Amino acid sequence: MSKTVATVSELLRHPSLVLLVGAALLAVLRGRARASVAVIAPAAALGLVQWVPDGPVWTVGFLDYALMPFAGDALGRLFATVFSIAALAGGVFALGAQAGQQGKHSLELPAAYVYAASAIGVAFAADLLTVFIFWELMAIGSTLVLWSAATPASYRASMRYAMVHLLGGVLLLAGIAGHIAQTGDLTFTAMQADSVAHWLILLGFLINAGAPPLSAWVSDAYPEASVSGMVFLSAFTTKTAVLVLWRGFAGTELLIGVGLFMVLYGIVYALLENDMRRVFAYSIVNQVGFMVVGIGIGTEMALNGAAAHAFAHIIYKALLLMSAGSVLLMTGRRSYAQLGGLYRTMPLTTVCAAVGALAISAFPLTSGFISKSMVTQSAIDEHLLWVWLLLTAASAGTFLYAGVRFLWFVFFGQDSGLRPKDPPWLMRVAMLLMALLCVAPGLWPQWLYARLPFAVDYVPYTSAHVLTQLQLLLFAALAFFWTLPLLKRTSTITLDADWLYRRALSRLAMGADQMFGRLRLRTQQAWSGGTAWLLAMTERYHGMEGRFSLTWPIRSMALWVLVLLFTYLTLYFLRRAGYV
Amino acid sequence: MTQQALNLWVAFALALAASVIAEPWVSLHPHFAIESVFSFYALFGLASCVLMVLVAKWVGLLLARPDTYYEQDGGDRE
Repeated sequence: MSKTVATVSELLRHPSLVLLVGAALLAVLRGRARASVAVIAPAAALGLVQWVPDGPVWTVGFLDYALMPFAGDALGRLFATVFSIAALAGGVFALGAQAGQQGKHSLELPAAYVYAASAIGVAFAADLLTVFIFWELMAIGSTLVLWSAATPASYRASMRYAMVHLLGGVLLLAGIAGHIAQTGDLTFTAMQADSVAHWLILLGFLINAGAPPLSAWVSDAYPEASVSGMVFLSAFTTKTAVLVLWRGFAGTELLIGVGLFMVLYGIVYALLENDMRRVFAYSIVNQVGFMVVGIGIGTEMALNGAAAHAFAHIIYKALLLMSAGSVLLMTGRRSYAQLGGLYRTMPLTTVCAAVGALAISAFPLTSGFISKSMVTQSAIDEHLLWVWLLLTAASAGTFLYAGVRFLWFVFFGQDSGLRPKDPPWLMRVAMLLMALLCVAPGLWPQWLYARLPFAVDYVPYTSAHVLTQLQLLLFAALAFFWTLPLLKRTSTITLDADWLYRRALSRLAMGADQMFGRLRLRTQQAWSGGTAWLLAMTERYHGMEGRFSLTWPIRSMALWVLVLLFTYLTLYFLRRAGYV
Repeated sequence: MTQQALNLWVAFALALAASVIAEPWVSLHPHFAIESVFSFYALFGLASCVLMVLVAKWVGLLLARPDTYYEQDGGDRE
């Protein structure tokens, strides 16, 4: 008995398992008890994360391998901390968004907490098998979150989403199997992209990061989630991919190029997009691009920057999606073309959206200013002029599409005539919490810097940095108002690589289906024609009047036998006589 | 334009001007030669954003479709 208690209490040291227990309870509880668990479970996980020590906590023998399913380090704690915060704030937000529609989205919170728990599980996993298990659990949890929006569009999007992530999972598992075959070791250590196995692992990671060519799954699936569902979705999958890339492939030069592509792709597609939540889906790819560049550069400054930016990003992106979700919930509209002028009646949402927009744009006094600049600084330290130029342009571009364009088209600009109120109080609480966490690291960067994997030798607040950043952002805003006629709000989507599997492949499959249909018809026709001919011939020769089914008289039979025998006899004599 | 909107535009213009005018009083420690150009960040921010909008516009010409594009396939019909 006491042994069982000891085992259970040991198991509950893992923040993921606590959150999983919470998810199980959420599935059965209702009402006030459910709300309490929704708050207590991620809060408990957040507390436990802070107590995870350095080094392996659990070591388990499995077949011939030593697994370390639970091990702590600064990076794991940092990511698990922000994952727990995202689950907590997202949970509070979801409770607010679902109030008054009892039972409609009852699957969403348990699914989201399983999803968050698996992301935390990856953060503390020190062997590849555990990473893989939580990786797949994450795919299931997130698909269920999408599913729980319960619309036909979200169901179809969730199926496409699941296919992309299962493909990523297959690549990852194949890579892990190859890695074991080569090294005989399952420990999750830094790798080089030097063998097929490691390439497969890298590809599996990159698919989840939203890297090209399969980045379209982010903007395809996430905006179809519920108001609160997208807040959860934005936090975990891509940032877990950043975490494993950080651990596995730091300093892989290819990632600089991949990251820069993501940064610029995100901006261009976000500028063209008019669905406000799809803008932020592209924005996820854009911001994750900064982290991937940092991982590719691979210096201590760059890696610190990537980790710090992931922390800041999860919070401001959740805040931006909460404000966009509040607008969606209160107005039922998601397109820029149908919104505008909401600041009059949604003051709190406007302020929170502005805080998030300033943070994503790396405005001084926000979290983005102290995190994104570390990645940029690392490009300067390594004398990477073009990387630095593109990152700086992208910082300006981020302010363009998120800082100014989003705020302008939704809260200011042309008055849509809509007069919605601020959302219910739980949603306001969640937004205020996230707004606070966007500003606090900007004011006290040391709090975040002390939690980074490497010692930080960087001062974000120099007069030069503040001034140059203000110049950059203010003139980016000027560019927005200057090019406003070009950025007209139109109801269009922009084709992406998902066109290949949503249109080209499906058309190809339909075409092939038609072709095979015709081929089958021809074959059937030929077959039935052939059998009809065969039947007719059989009928003709073997039927009632057929030549082969006549009854012949005995005398004619005897005559023919006589002829045959006579011929035989004649031939025999001729042969004996030597004539033949 | 209302008085309030006009005030905001004036404030924005002043902020733009101030951010450039303040430059001589701040030591910038440029690393790359290009950073030494006066008001480099302002020029670069403006130019790169206009360029990105133009690129987006061009990509839009190639790849933008009505937002009912995939619904026509039947599979995505509401």
